[in-house]
Amino acid sequence: MQSSALDTTTIVTSHHSETAHRHHAHPDHRIFGIIVFLVAEAMIFMGLFIAYLTFRAVAPVWPPAGTPELELLLPGINTIILISSSFIIHNADTAIKKDDVKGMQLWFAITAAIGVLFLAGQLYEYFHLEFGLKTNLFASTFYVLTGFHGLHVFFGVVLMLGVLWRSRKPGHYSSTSHFGIEAAEIYWHFVDVIWIILFILLYLLK
Amino acid sequence: MTQLLQDEAVKTPQVPPVQEKKREWLKYFSFSTDHKVIGIQYLVTSFFFYFVGGFLATLIRTELATPEVDFVSRETYNGLFTIHATVMIFLWIVPAATGAFGNYLIPLLVGARDMAFPKLNAVAFWMIPPGGILLLSSFFVGAPGAGWTSYPPLSLVYNKPGEMIWILSLLILGTSSILGAVNFLVTILKMRAPGMTLNKMPLFCWAMLATSALILISTPVLAGALILLSFDLVVGTAFFNPTGGGNPVVYQHMFWFYSHPAVYIMVLPVFGLISEILPVHSRKPIFGYKAIAYSSFAISFLGLIVWAHHMFTSGTPPWLRMFFMINTMIIAVPTGIKVFGWLATIWGGKLRLNSAMLFAMGFLSMFVIGGISGVMLAAVPFDIHVHDTYFVVAHLHYVLFGGSVFGIYAGTYHWFPKMTGRMVNETLGRIHFALTLIGFNLAFLPMHKLGLEGMNRRIAEYDPKFTALNLVCTIGTYILAVSTFPFIFNVIWSVFKGPKASSNPWGGLTFEWQTTSPPPVENFEIDPVLEIGPYEYGTEEAVKIIKAGPFLALEAAAAQG
Repeated sequence: MQSSALDTTTIVTSHHSETAHRHHAHPDHRIFGIIVFLVAEAMIFMGLFIAYLTFRAVAPVWPPAGTPELELLLPGINTIILISSSFIIHNADTAIKKDDVKGMQLWFAITAAIGVLFLAGQLYEYFHLEFGLKTNLFASTFYVLTGFHGLHVFFGVVLMLGVLWRSRKPGHYSSTSHFGIEAAEIYWHFVDVIWIILFILLYLLK
Repeated sequence: MTQLLQDEAVKTPQVPPVQEKKREWLKYFSFSTDHKVIGIQYLVTSFFFYFVGGFLATLIRTELATPEVDFVSRETYNGLFTIHATVMIFLWIVPAATGAFGNYLIPLLVGARDMAFPKLNAVAFWMIPPGGILLLSSFFVGAPGAGWTSYPPLSLVYNKPGEMIWILSLLILGTSSILGAVNFLVTILKMRAPGMTLNKMPLFCWAMLATSALILISTPVLAGALILLSFDLVVGTAFFNPTGGGNPVVYQHMFWFYSHPAVYIMVLPVFGLISEILPVHSRKPIFGYKAIAYSSFAISFLGLIVWAHHMFTSGTPPWLRMFFMINTMIIAVPTGIKVFGWLATIWGGKLRLNSAMLFAMGFLSMFVIGGISGVMLAAVPFDIHVHDTYFVVAHLHYVLFGGSVFGIYAGTYHWFPKMTGRMVNETLGRIHFALTLIGFNLAFLPMHKLGLEGMNRRIAEYDPKFTALNLVCTIGTYILAVSTFPFIFNVIWSVFKGPKASSNPWGGLTFEWQTTSPPPVENFEIDPVLEIGPYEYGTEEAVKIIKAGPFLALEAAAAQG
């Protein structure tokens, strides 16, 4: 400590040969970054949920008079499908940690297919509902909330397809390097949790 | 050694280095991932928009020089104050305080080679120019005129295309801000030099940690509100439209859930800058390190639960008004802790009254005025009396100009030698400070009285009895406009012709002063290890460190000659 500054000046020369390689040393913070970003994502949904709850709370009748009842069967099935996909996608993570790229690809393909199935189910529901975007305040919030969530499901599917595309190259993902797989999985869990809250708010809460 | 280098320079042909220099200059227009380049890109871009916003302000004040509508039309006036506020908040103070200083300083202060995600950082910056140009382009289709708050139902019926452009621009700028915050948070938490525990970080890092948390929590809620507002505007839904069963007050809640914390997003980084600048130019340790560090978080937390004090007249029930009034008043406590900490820091110090220090002390005195009028406004009965009057305009300008802008000027003068490798002209800097202080107080102090007497804000014409004071405000604004000329001239002249700066012209102890001015790419040539706290001035170790020169980047220093 006493002569710290001056010591360091002499160290400079001895470190000279390492200079070129140094910048590779910095550890990977991307997963932490994704989690921090998802905090912001969660807050958009939080804002929209609380807006919805406020609309409910201040309205004299909710849903506004004349709003048809929502069917529970199809969205119920959709919910079960989406929740189960969170367990399925975790198998991909387990697989890649054992360097099993084929296994990872299989589980990702299944999860992506489930995502597409969910979106198809949601579109089917949209076309068979008896109210449109502008029917009343409930209808508007219903479509914007489910639509905004659907957009996130769509983006999750795109992420998974991206991982599958990249995994064609042997060695791109391995037990030690698989950020893309982990990121897609974390994102997918996030989208699932948001759906559970949405389902409770829009379908179950009376 | 130096002689030898000079001989070499004479022998080598002069053309290649010149070309290299030209290319070097172009990097500021490129998708650079160097945090120092990005920081300067943010700073120059936001200063550009500051001058645009300032120009709009002079137009506004010219209109208000007389009680009649004689300079611009009422519609143009609406557009002017809306765009003025939006530019100043989203394109000047937020990108300058967080983007510019956050990006330039954080890696240097924590001893890292760059931000955690350099590419993301560049993406975040390059969203600012399109967002800004988009916003200004709204003048061609009829500028939005519902104020920067864009309250529906007014925003749903007035100049719809302009309003939609305003929303798009804010969504772009908000996303940029969120991406920046992710970077700041991860860099500060994960990339500190060995030995730098959280409690040994420079205080600017604490301030940016608190700011980033606020950005991540509050900005998305504004995005949610704007998405709903754009549905109302374009598709014709009725989220916020009372005629279709919607509720405009919900918009106000969502808007202020972001926009009140936005005040802290604009001022917390500046608190951090002031905490760095005062000890260096007072040659004294900061007073109450932990109190200043943790009070940033207290401000962040409280800042999230006071938003409805903007809505005391929006039908907010009395018990809720009490809650928000008390919370708002409590914010004065952590802010007061900081102010007293700063005062104790400069108390009895060997003050160096250069431009940076003058602006820092200007910040202290002006911000306190804004803080005190803030406590006045927190009181419900008083707020109901002056709501939507010039008292509010005076208050917010004392906080955002007297606070944030003075602080950004202080930071610019303080780190100018580090950023450019040149010193600024102190005489011009002092003239700049004097003109700014005089112009600022002439422009905004009379507004307190105007507001108390009942002059409404956001109107192009007013009762003739207010003429005299309004004229004073207008003259103050012109002085403020003139005050930027010595600054602009000083900066441009100094970048090219200023005397060369040493690596540590102020005798600072944080890492950035231990490397060259400007620092090399990747900042340091040996990995910095924390050996002395950031503010331990007056110790023998401090003297040694300051005398050692740029020991973290000796090669770069040698190459510079």
